[in-house]
Amino acid sequence: MSRTEATPGAHRQGRDEPEAPRRRSKRRSRPRGLVNTFVGYSILIFFALVFLYPFVIQLANSLKSEPDAAANPLSPIPHPVSFAGFERIFEGTNFPLWLVNSLLVTTVITVGRVFFDSLAGYALARLRFRGRQAIFAGVIAVMAVPGVVLLIPKFLVLNQFGIYDSYTALILPIIVDAAGVFIMKQFFESVPASMEEAARIDGASVFRTYWSVVLPMARPALITLTILSFQGSWNEFPHTLVAVQDPDLFTLPRGLADLVSGSLGAARSTH
Amino acid sequence: MSRKRSAVRGGEAVAGWLFVAPVVVILGLFLLLPILMALWVSLTGWNGQGSPFRSGVPFVGTDNYASLLTEDGLPRQDFMTSIRNNLYYVLLVVPIQTALALGLALVVNQRMLKSKGFFRTAFYFPSVTSSVAISVVFLFIFANSGAVNALLGMVGIQGPVWFNDSRGLIHILLDTVGVNSPPRALVDHGMLSLTWWDWLAGPSVAMSAIIALVVWTTSGTFMLMFLAALQNVPQQVEEASLIDGANRWQRLRFVTIPMIKPTVFLVLTLGLISTWHVFDQIYVMSQGNPAKTTLTPAFLSYRTAFKDFEYGRGAAISFVLFLIIVVMTLLQRWILRERKS
Repeated sequence: MSRTEATPGAHRQGRDEPEAPRRRSKRRSRPRGLVNTFVGYSILIFFALVFLYPFVIQLANSLKSEPDAAANPLSPIPHPVSFAGFERIFEGTNFPLWLVNSLLVTTVITVGRVFFDSLAGYALARLRFRGRQAIFAGVIAVMAVPGVVLLIPKFLVLNQFGIYDSYTALILPIIVDAAGVFIMKQFFESVPASMEEAARIDGASVFRTYWSVVLPMARPALITLTILSFQGSWNEFPHTLVAVQDPDLFTLPRGLADLVSGSLGAARSTH
Repeated sequence: MSRKRSAVRGGEAVAGWLFVAPVVVILGLFLLLPILMALWVSLTGWNGQGSPFRSGVPFVGTDNYASLLTEDGLPRQDFMTSIRNNLYYVLLVVPIQTALALGLALVVNQRMLKSKGFFRTAFYFPSVTSSVAISVVFLFIFANSGAVNALLGMVGIQGPVWFNDSRGLIHILLDTVGVNSPPRALVDHGMLSLTWWDWLAGPSVAMSAIIALVVWTTSGTFMLMFLAALQNVPQQVEEASLIDGANRWQRLRFVTIPMIKPTVFLVLTLGLISTWHVFDQIYVMSQGNPAKTTLTPAFLSYRTAFKDFEYGRGAAISFVLFLIIVVMTLLQRWILRERKS
């Protein structure tokens, strides 16, 4: 990006200008440049290994037999290849059910967040109505409330409404999120309003304008929001902890945490 | 003008409220209302039986808060232990992740570098994966016969039993320089139910493994933030400092960092706030063990409410934690303002 930024200025000054500083610095420090490159790559490769190798060995470990995994924890190649771990997960646990639950919950939450957040974001950015400022201030305040202090409060309210331990409890409380509303509001404020105004003058209703004119233009922001919502709800763990306790309602993170603190946890302490 | 305006703007008030209604209703019902309910529960001795709003629930006033802050006893000792643990956790995680993220961003941002995309993806990869899944991965890596101990074995070090080792790093350090038994002055005196010796333990070996995990997962996110900031630094500025004869360190210290100062503060603030949230990793990896050295306020609040059924005290811990986070945020704001003037 910095390179493209430098070019327009250079163009203004003349054609041979942009080449000059690069050539000069190259001439002055060729051996140093080589050393720099080498050191740079060494650091990068070292950290790339640190950041990626855990995934590689975990993948390999999943295909190793128990004694092999214990004897060669660093080896990326399982020897012998064993599918026992996968068989146990699919036959001995509720893993398939958790996968279905995760897909269901994540899909509903993602669709809900994208729709409701963009709706509210649009209203806060464009529509003039009484209380708009107050609602936006509220959204900002909500963003500042950390999720972990809400564990007990959420449990209390789900319990009080009688929806504890249900799909409703898993989905409804997190089907909108303040950060998404904020992102959408910022986006709508950055695009010109002329298209919508034209649609309104032509007699389209507010919702019609939003649905047929605004949303199609908002694709980049909607894609961003979809990715964020999907990732966020797929990985959501603390909420499931206070919303459900029936193993049939677990999502993958909850099921995995349960497996670890149960059977695996016991195995770990005997090591 | 006014007529056209009202025609175009007609029905906006109704539409506006309809548009924000779902968000307002859900955030109100599942965020604002619960906070108020929890505030009430934190003033009671509710044990989870029936509704906390029945008439039979004992109202205890600020007893729950007092048991955490002013009365000597096990609840305060646990709470202060969790605060100590989290303090050491913050002290290590925030500087390390900020420095690592900045370092990675500087290297990845170098212009002559090939395959930048691959390295950026590699560094960002841990950030997008599930915290539970990644905690499980690290549980295996730090296991007794895991990868870390195998690596340490290669260089001839006998690795510790990571998640059973409650020794504090500072205590271990003192041990190596010959302080084998705690000085009496530090053991006999203390503050808030913990002896000075306990306050000065440092993060335990088990906590260090969790710190490593968190630094590893969050550095990628912050690297992206630094990268975005670095790419907005005009190339001319750097070239000017090159011509002036600044060396690499001087360029970083006096040119690059001042140019990306807002991002540095943003990363520090986000780090300072998010490190007080640590929960998932503790739940999956250690549940507060060994010897309560990985207990954090967030996990203690959960455990007090859902394992010991002391909902009132659990809620009180949540509110104290919330207060700590608010103070951290305000403190950071205040420091930022001082810097500006």
